[in-house]
Amino acid sequence: MFGLTKRDTTLLLVVAVLTIFAPFILNPFPEGSAMAQFNAGYPDLMQRLVIFGIFAIGFNILFGLTGYLSFGHAAFLGVGSYAAIWMMKLLTMNVIPAIMISVLVAGLFSLLVGWISLRRSGIYFSILTLAFAQMSYSLAYSVLTPITGGETGLQPKVNDPRILDAALTEGQNPRANLFGLEMGTSYEMAVGGWIFTFNAGYYIAAIVMLLAFYLSIRIFRSPFGMMLRAVKSNQQRLNYTGLNAKPYTLAAFVISGMYAGLAGGLLVAMDTQVGAERMFWTASGEVVLMTILGGAGTLIGPVLGAGFIKYMENIVSKINKTVLEQWFAFMPDGIEDFFITIVYPFVGKGWHLTLGLLFMMVVIFLPGGLVQGGQKVAGLFKRKKPVDDKPDGKTTPAE
Amino acid sequence: MDAILLQILNGLDKGSAYALIALGLTLIFGTLGVVNFAHGALFMIGAFCAVTLSRILTLSHTVIDETQKDFLGNPLKVEVPYIYDIFGQTTGDAIIDWAVPLSILFAIPVMVGIGFAMERGLIKHFYKRPHADQILVTFGLAIVLQEIIKYFYGANPIPTPAPDAFRGSFDFGAMLGFDPNTIIYPYWRLVYFAFAAVIIGAVFAFLQFTTFGMVVRAGMADRETVGLLGINIDKRFTIMFGIAAAVAGLAGVMYTPINSPNYHMGMDFLVLSFVVVVVGGMGSLSGAVLAGFLLGILESFASMAIVLETLPGINQIIIYLVAIIILLTRPRGLMGRKGVMEE
Repeated sequence: MFGLTKRDTTLLLVVAVLTIFAPFILNPFPEGSAMAQFNAGYPDLMQRLVIFGIFAIGFNILFGLTGYLSFGHAAFLGVGSYAAIWMMKLLTMNVIPAIMISVLVAGLFSLLVGWISLRRSGIYFSILTLAFAQMSYSLAYSVLTPITGGETGLQPKVNDPRILDAALTEGQNPRANLFGLEMGTSYEMAVGGWIFTFNAGYYIAAIVMLLAFYLSIRIFRSPFGMMLRAVKSNQQRLNYTGLNAKPYTLAAFVISGMYAGLAGGLLVAMDTQVGAERMFWTASGEVVLMTILGGAGTLIGPVLGAGFIKYMENIVSKINKTVLEQWFAFMPDGIEDFFITIVYPFVGKGWHLTLGLLFMMVVIFLPGGLVQGGQKVAGLFKRKKPVDDKPDGKTTPAE
Repeated sequence: MDAILLQILNGLDKGSAYALIALGLTLIFGTLGVVNFAHGALFMIGAFCAVTLSRILTLSHTVIDETQKDFLGNPLKVEVPYIYDIFGQTTGDAIIDWAVPLSILFAIPVMVGIGFAMERGLIKHFYKRPHADQILVTFGLAIVLQEIIKYFYGANPIPTPAPDAFRGSFDFGAMLGFDPNTIIYPYWRLVYFAFAAVIIGAVFAFLQFTTFGMVVRAGMADRETVGLLGINIDKRFTIMFGIAAAVAGLAGVMYTPINSPNYHMGMDFLVLSFVVVVVGGMGSLSGAVLAGFLLGILESFASMAIVLETLPGINQIIIYLVAIIILLTRPRGLMGRKGVMEE
């Protein structure tokens, strides 16, 4: 289907079903129950899950396929966001032009950065991209304040020109919409103790994510993707066969930059504001984290990684001392205090500590990320099968 | 002329910090071939060694002073540091006042210990892994170290003053025959520069004039051959890692009076130090030091009012801009050796 092999179609369908039913899947606990804080089915978080999924899918096209580790991808996200917000300020609050321009601007910017950075490889490439991202961040914070809003950032105001939209009266808030359908519109469905929220913005982002995912599958399976993998495995040999790797890597870089811009534009579409901190180099580190955690170079890995990190970030940082006390309340007092003391540094404000540890663990023990972990677990069960089969006397010939 | 000199001086303290961190980074890269993203965290831990020591020194117990009364007429409760009981008040005060320089003695064993633990416990397993993995694991470690410090010391900067004798500034220009009040320079920055110069000199002398240093240099050039000669080069490289950690830590200790330490100071310096290392040339010690001072001074020139008028914002990006230009024109860096990290 759609020019995909059977396996890839299944994968795409599984992801599609998961995203469509996410409001149910992420809300497994009834409202008001003790576990309700683990529910992730609220629009803001769900939007973030899919948007950062797009960001990571794009990053994976560069890092997973070519092996070029960029430490500056947040810059493209930021540039895309700024472009989108200016579209909303000047043209219309409709999200379509905003997202289109964000992809375009991020693509152009990544073309410039990539054209320069890709002259070098390895650690030099990482540092060059890092330098560019830090430069953009510093500029956005200081000199470019008229364009970027500096420290305060930007958001659409009532009296912005907005050529295509009807003028808003005082007191009306400019809201991002898709031909009148506001991004914040939600339909709440109450079933028993559960409340499921279906948010317009989420579904728009989810559809974009599915398209992005589909495109990434096509890239992975195309001759172009093959070429990128060749760059990763042995660039020298590629050169000796008379092929110039640069156009391929540059194309991969620009594509992943456009993905980042798309994510930036969507972020603005959902939550109409931008700040320069979005471009800080730790934000670039975060997308590297998502990709590695999920499994670089795999199709589903980045989506998993992005979802996992954003989910954990939201949920773990919400756990505070009172919650911990509730959890461990069944224990005797002394032991309860002991456990709370142990766990407390890792939750709530200590979320980054957990993240750092998790990240180290993954790099040390599972360089292939969650996907590799899953395969290992699956492998454990698979290996048992031939043992079970043997008594039957059936042996399969070696392929 | 005086304006130029002033900017050079202003650049020296930042340049010294860059040079020290970059020196450590290069030592680690040159010996172990590992790209250490956690080096900034080591700098930060060094700074917090100074904070810790000054807290230890001011640990106090409450004493009721019968001679003084508080506003209710009760005997005044006074916090007396334990150190007064040991050394008496005058010496005790002096020790507390000199907490930051004293932290050097405290920081060296701590940092060397952390360096050993890091190398033996983690980095050792990453020699054969690709550079990307090394970057990623040390990046994770940096986050962890930073968060641990944040957990214990909070997120706010902790002011740690220099000894009384070095607070304030002096008229450096008058000494050199310029008009008075043209070049005012804080004492501590001069101390920092001198300190950095001594440390850098010591590291170079250690590598150049001791047998140990000779073996390490030989190991940097050809690790396998040195190993074949029956020398345990891994052990020496571990020691070098400890030294590199100590250098970063000391840079942090002495930096505390210039900039109150906070938990993310390491990350802020790290990015710049990496740029410094790359500009100086991967694996070149003198290149790292040279580039450190050069970029520090360039940065301070770029923040001059005249320059900012013509090129607004240039002070924010000059270092990155220089790095990009250097990498594209001289990929090996200013003093990079042939064959080191040339991909």
